[in-house]
Amino acid sequence: MADERKIRVLVAKPGLDGHDRGAKVIARALRDAGMEVIYTGIRQTPQMIVEAAIQEDVDAILMSILSGAHMAIFPKVMELLKENGADDILVMAGGILPDEDIPAIEAMGIKGNFGPGTPLSAIIEYVRANVRPDRLEHDLTPLVQTGAAIEPGATTPAHDDPAKHEEAGR
Amino acid sequence: MATQPNADIVTRLLNDDRRALARVVTLIENRAPQAQRILAQLHAHTGRAHIIGITGSPGAGKSTLVMQLARELRRRDRTIGVIAVDPSSPFTGGAILGDRIRMQELAGDPRVFIRSMASRGSLGGLAVSTRDTVRALDAAGFDVVIIETVGAGQAEVEIVRAAQTVVVVTVPGMGDDIQAIKAGILEIADIFVVNKADRPGADQTAAELRMLLSLDEQRKERAWRVPILKTSASTGEGVPELVDKLDAHLASLKESGQLAARGGRQAQSEMLALLHQALVERIEATIGAEEWDRLVAEVVARRSDPYTTAARLAERIGLTPPADAD
Repeated sequence: MADERKIRVLVAKPGLDGHDRGAKVIARALRDAGMEVIYTGIRQTPQMIVEAAIQEDVDAILMSILSGAHMAIFPKVMELLKENGADDILVMAGGILPDEDIPAIEAMGIKGNFGPGTPLSAIIEYVRANVRPDRLEHDLTPLVQTGAAIEPGATTPAHDDPAKHEEAGR
Repeated sequence: MATQPNADIVTRLLNDDRRALARVVTLIENRAPQAQRILAQLHAHTGRAHIIGITGSPGAGKSTLVMQLARELRRRDRTIGVIAVDPSSPFTGGAILGDRIRMQELAGDPRVFIRSMASRGSLGGLAVSTRDTVRALDAAGFDVVIIETVGAGQAEVEIVRAAQTVVVVTVPGMGDDIQAIKAGILEIADIFVVNKADRPGADQTAAELRMLLSLDEQRKERAWRVPILKTSASTGEGVPELVDKLDAHLASLKESGQLAARGGRQAQSEMLALLHQALVERIEATIGAEEWDRLVAEVVARRSDPYTTAARLAERIGLTPPADAD
């Protein structure tokens, strides 16, 4: 008998600005919406964010950034997620993101971009609506398909894995 | 039918795939249908790790101490899995898990795996799934598994059933702090740590603990003398000594046969818990929620009593033979 699946969200402050009030307000709002929020604190590198997201097996990452370094940090985060086969995680951003950068940010796959004044309820709704449903159903298929392991050579290649077909055929 | 994906994720976990390990923990936490089969496969690969519990009042410096412990253990070339439990909100079920903030120094070390866990309504200082998560980390090959409990008071003693070595962390200057820990938590300590020992009053706190321990008659018969160590988790002072004591405690457990005895007790309680769960599921499958509510209402209204109702249910699921008319 499975329990209700909790949504797990990593709230991270990448870059060098230390203004984490917004991140904390959002963390609190997500908690009050019944989610489990892993809060990592300030000055997170892309490596730290991705590593934490993998270990914590989060469904979503929300990066809050005010320093203007987003165009340097976001691509690196997305690249590392892909490299590690963790690109089934929903990635969102908030903070000060200039309008002219939004198309580029969205092209990276970061769809939710929450500027100042975004109602907290909108963020909560966005997370609920956009977390990949297969993650919430304990489906192992995405993990098997992506196939990438952090330690190179540690796994069997996903393409000759009969498990994938089994699971997909359920 | 679904054995193949399980076999695959188990193989990957056993081969240091951190994503597979992380996903297995998620399945365990959510009591997903696959979790028990996966755990069954992992069991044979467990029993190697030294399982250490760190408990103590909120703000005693548990997370920082865990970080320092992990650093010292890495210096000794050991791999570490950390389970950090924080409370869930009793109102919304949500949680903010902030233990990673103090463990940032460990980030990026592939030989350290940290998992934050919400207590999800469990009251003993751990989550229901903590023990099974230990099993997953043990199978993944970590030399040491550290469990950091929810900030604990007097009654949060579940850790004693999950860990082999229990470290109780206290701090000086909390007034009559010893009062707060003398029952329950005092009895479960294998090692006491007076943290923030750079603060005034550390020696006095240590002396009070020593005095309380000397009054404990049961302790005197045991081979292990509970040490009282002073640490400063912010600087790392006293941490190498703590690791030495942790090792000594494990050696003592092995030597005295206590480790095997603990293992036996744990296996027993796990099997009983599983049987209990199976029983509850069987009852739920036999009678619907509606009938259950009706039976409860009858007991509340004094039309029936809990003993008779339970006995009848046991009969209905075939647990006991039908009672003869008497």
